Amino acid sequence: MNFDKELDARGLNCPLPILRCKKSLNEMTSGLILKVVSTDPGSVKDFAAFAKQTGNELLSSAEAGGEYTFFIKKK
Amino acid sequence: MDDQKKLAIIATKGTLDWAYPPFILASTAAALGYETQIFFTFYGLQMLRKDLSGLKVSPLGNPGMPMKMPFGPKWFKEINWNIPNAVQAFVPGYESVATALMKQTIKNNGVASIPELRELCQEAEVKFIACQMTVELFGFEHSDFIDGVEYGGAATFFEFAGETDICLYI
Repeated sequence: MNFDKELDARGLNCPLPILRCKKSLNEMTSGLILKVVSTDPGSVKDFAAFAKQTGNELLSSAEAGGEYTFFIKKK
Repeated sequence: MDDQKKLAIIATKGTLDWAYPPFILASTAAALGYETQIFFTFYGLQMLRKDLSGLKVSPLGNPGMPMKMPFGPKWFKEINWNIPNAVQAFVPGYESVATALMKQTIKNNGVASIPELRELCQEAEVKFIACQMTVELFGFEHSDFIDGVEYGGAATFFEFAGETDICLYI
C-alpha cells in the first residue's frame, strides 16, 4: 500500500505507539496516509480504538513475524 | 467545541508505580481528543516536582509486586524473589535498590519514563492543577514544581470535573 509517512514504533510499549502516531498525524494534512510499525501486541486493539474515536481511518491492520503494521488515513 | 469529551483525574499517590496511571491515561486521552485535567493532591504533588528522582517504588508490604531481576539469563530473570517484609524493612537502601531494578525493567520493556510521559502530557496541553492546601501542608514552594502548573482548591477541581465524561480517582 502507498503511504506518505512512516512511523517506526518498534520496541515501544503502551501508550507510546499511540502518542507518537497522534504526533505524526498532527504534522500531516487531511487525506494523507501514515504507516505505523509496532511490536506491541496490545497495539492491535489500541489502533482500532484510536481510529474509531478520532475519526482517522484505519485502512489496514496486519501482523507478520511479531510486527504489526497499520495504515492510517488522516481525517 | 462543546461536544469535546472531557476527562478529570485526581492523582493522590507519590510513588513511581502509581505515577504511571494518571500520566498514561491523561496523555492517551489527550491523543484521543479529550480535554484533560489532572488535579494533584497530597502525595500526588510529588509527580509535579522539577526533580522526579524522589519517586520510588517499594515491594515492602506490597504482596502484589513481583520481584524479578531485569538482567541475566532467562532462568534467572524468571525467579520471583520472595524476600520477607522483615528483611525488606531492616536492610538499609532496600527501597533504592528495588527502585533501580524497577526502572531498569521499565526501560527493558520499552515503557516510557515518568519524566517523558509528563512532558508528553504537557505537550498535549493536559492541564495540571496542584492543590494549594496540600502544597502548604507539606511545606512545598511553587518553585519546587515545574512551570505551567496552576494552583487551586476543591472548588477549582469541581468547576471542570462537573462537566466531564470521565472522572477518576487514582
